[in-house]
Amino acid sequence: MAKVAYYPGCALEGSGGPYDRSTRHLVKALGLEMENLRDYNCCGAMEVKNVHPMLQTYLSARNLAIASEQMGLDTVMAPCNGCYHNLKKAEFETATSQQVMDTVQDLARKADDPVYTGDVRTLHLLEWLMEELGPDGIKQRMTRSLNGIRIANYYGCMYTRPRQIFPEKDQGPGSESSYQPHFMDDLLAAAGAVNVEYPLKTACCGGAHTLSDSDTSTQLVLNLLQSAEDSGAEVIATECPTCHSGLEMHQVRAETEFGIRTGVKVLYFTQLLGLALGLSPRKLGIHENVSDSIGLLKEKGVI
Amino acid sequence: MAIHEKSLIETERLLEHDSLVVDGVDVSGQWNTMITPRTIVDYDDDFEAKIQSYVGGEYVHRCWQCGSCTNSCTMYAQNVQFNPRYWIYLTRLGLTDELIKDKDIIWQCVSCNKCTNICPKDVKPEGVMKALSHWLEEEGITEKSPSRIFDEEFTDQVYDYGRIEDSKVMKNFFKESGQPLVQGWLVEFTKRMIKRLPVAHLVRLGTNVVFTPKTKSWGKTGEVLKAYVREQKEAAHG
Repeated sequence: MAKVAYYPGCALEGSGGPYDRSTRHLVKALGLEMENLRDYNCCGAMEVKNVHPMLQTYLSARNLAIASEQMGLDTVMAPCNGCYHNLKKAEFETATSQQVMDTVQDLARKADDPVYTGDVRTLHLLEWLMEELGPDGIKQRMTRSLNGIRIANYYGCMYTRPRQIFPEKDQGPGSESSYQPHFMDDLLAAAGAVNVEYPLKTACCGGAHTLSDSDTSTQLVLNLLQSAEDSGAEVIATECPTCHSGLEMHQVRAETEFGIRTGVKVLYFTQLLGLALGLSPRKLGIHENVSDSIGLLKEKGVI
Repeated sequence: MAIHEKSLIETERLLEHDSLVVDGVDVSGQWNTMITPRTIVDYDDDFEAKIQSYVGGEYVHRCWQCGSCTNSCTMYAQNVQFNPRYWIYLTRLGLTDELIKDKDIIWQCVSCNKCTNICPKDVKPEGVMKALSHWLEEEGITEKSPSRIFDEEFTDQVYDYGRIEDSKVMKNFFKESGQPLVQGWLVEFTKRMIKRLPVAHLVRLGTNVVFTPKTKSWGKTGEVLKAYVREQKEAAHG
């Protein structure tokens, strides 16, 4: 049971608040150990790389350096797909290109920042839970079942693509798959959920253009919502604050602008796991989701 | 011979007279359809190198035209005019006129990375899409796309604070891109959001808006990064 540095990122401090709180309560209830990444900075999200890719690499490497140089930790855990993706990318690029590493270190010295020297690994919250506990660990600790609630597991883009920056994926049994990710399915199934066959697991929600190209985003989100309903899902489980906000926002937008209603609920996977551990909906921020799932959860006898 | 597959031909190159009689034979309508010959003389030999000088476009020369990018593309599924494979082909040939016909949609790439993931030659087509839309903007062929405005607003906040605050990015983006802040669906969304929000959380969100969260040890990092980007851009574009 190794301690990790917890990197919430900007989204979890703002609109993804429920994801942050449910993550913290879940981790505590599971008896795992994490420490906040001290005075972190933005990872660069989807936007900064378009101004210059090195900016994103540097911003992410700076966070990795804080973990190793200031906290003495060798693992950073991020629940946000964007943060996870960028930190992984920085980890990969500095490990495979001396030129990138030199540039990153040079910038750090100029800015009086902690200098990244490599050997910090990034884990997504899903990967960390699988590594520390796995489905069996969840089963042992749960106090109530999710009672067969039907879930479409939605992973989004940044958790699996491009596969080149995730060398530990696709390594056979036990590892995550970049084409058919299953870690979230495994954990939720252990907690008593029924995972539906969902073809759009890693499709795009249009998160990068949520506001700048709203019509496209609404269309992409509608694909996700309608496909989940066609698959018989009552809930879409998310593991990324941008996907989650995008799904909620454009579900409302499809309704108000185009009159297209969809009934499927959107919940963070941490909220669902938290319920199985007997945590209260309030603690898990379920009331703060825009997508109102309280009725469904009561009907299913989960709360 | 009548031409049936007109969808494959650009409308401006089709010639057709509604009523035409040649040597006493009525060849009105599609019987006289002609296609103006296309002789391309405007290859821009330097165009590929130009796109390579934009961030993201560095590997465009590796493309073998297999079509995997378009085949996997999220936007192509929305709109068949969105064709990364074709745009990369035009870039390599230097057919800028042809490329400019699609100037208004290239920026719509959602960066889902399906193309970069599948590309057998590591072209990183997602980067090429960004490079192309930046080129269109730099040349003044298109206005700054909403996506670019958002990227820059976001990056400016990172330069200044080391972090971003989402409502501030949103507010400034709407202002910059000329979108009204009060849109029907946004109002509805906000209403639903605050309906059951605990007061403490509301207060915290409000505080964040007034005092943007800041990385305390940010110091001169923002300035150093700004200077680096400036140097890189000057080296690439003079």
